[in-house]
Amino acid sequence: MEITVDHIRNKLTTEIGAVHVEVEDTSPNRCAASFKVLVVSPQFEGKPLLQRHRMVNTCLAEELKEIHAFEQKTLTPEQWEKQRAP
Amino acid sequence: MNTLVRSAVRCLRAGTVCRTGSINGQVLYGSARLLCAAAGQTDFADMVKKDKVVVFMKGTPSQPMCGFSNAVVQILRMHGVDEYAAYNVLEDQDLRQGVKAFSNWPTIPQVFFNGEFVGGCDILLQMHQNGDLVEELKKLGIRSALLDAEKDKN
Repeated sequence: MEITVDHIRNKLTTEIGAVHVEVEDTSPNRCAASFKVLVVSPQFEGKPLLQRHRMVNTCLAEELKEIHAFEQKTLTPEQWEKQRAP
Repeated sequence: MNTLVRSAVRCLRAGTVCRTGSINGQVLYGSARLLCAAAGQTDFADMVKKDKVVVFMKGTPSQPMCGFSNAVVQILRMHGVDEYAAYNVLEDQDLRQGVKAFSNWPTIPQVFFNGEFVGGCDILLQMHQNGDLVEELKKLGIRSALLDAEKDKN
């Protein structure tokens, strides 16, 4: 399995209903060793941070075995709107 | 006999507790090594309950070996949390894999308050930013140093 930015985005979109995903390969040579993701999903509504992160971890469990470092930010659509507002 | 020796050796490797915030910043080695040697196997449930704040990290608080572990150390320092148990997972593969299985969390660092899993670096950072960390520390009976810093400003 090749881990790419698109692969991660697709999986998060299909499996936890993400309406917006930003994925960045943060490894020095873009070698898919570390990623940073922003996930916006209505499924996060009413869930504490830890639970949201666990949802993402579960969704990407297979990939995380290969990924060395993983940063994530999990927002509801409402939080995402607020954050984008100037 | 053999088993005994093996478990003792294993635990010498596993027992990498360092207590921070001790006398003059000197790192003291805690008693976890002995407890672990007696048990023969790492008892995570016990480990995370023994101290109010427990961190599994790469490196030590005085010499973190990874940016994310360093961030956790710096956040705790900002809040004046100096006394916590820090376990260096780089010194023991069993510890490194074991804690991931115990908390069902794939990455290091990992932070525990009162035996309960709090999260990794991202979560601690967000709790720091949204003020939750001050509240959670209060529940542990720890007054965040940031509260005093704010008072001084006013």
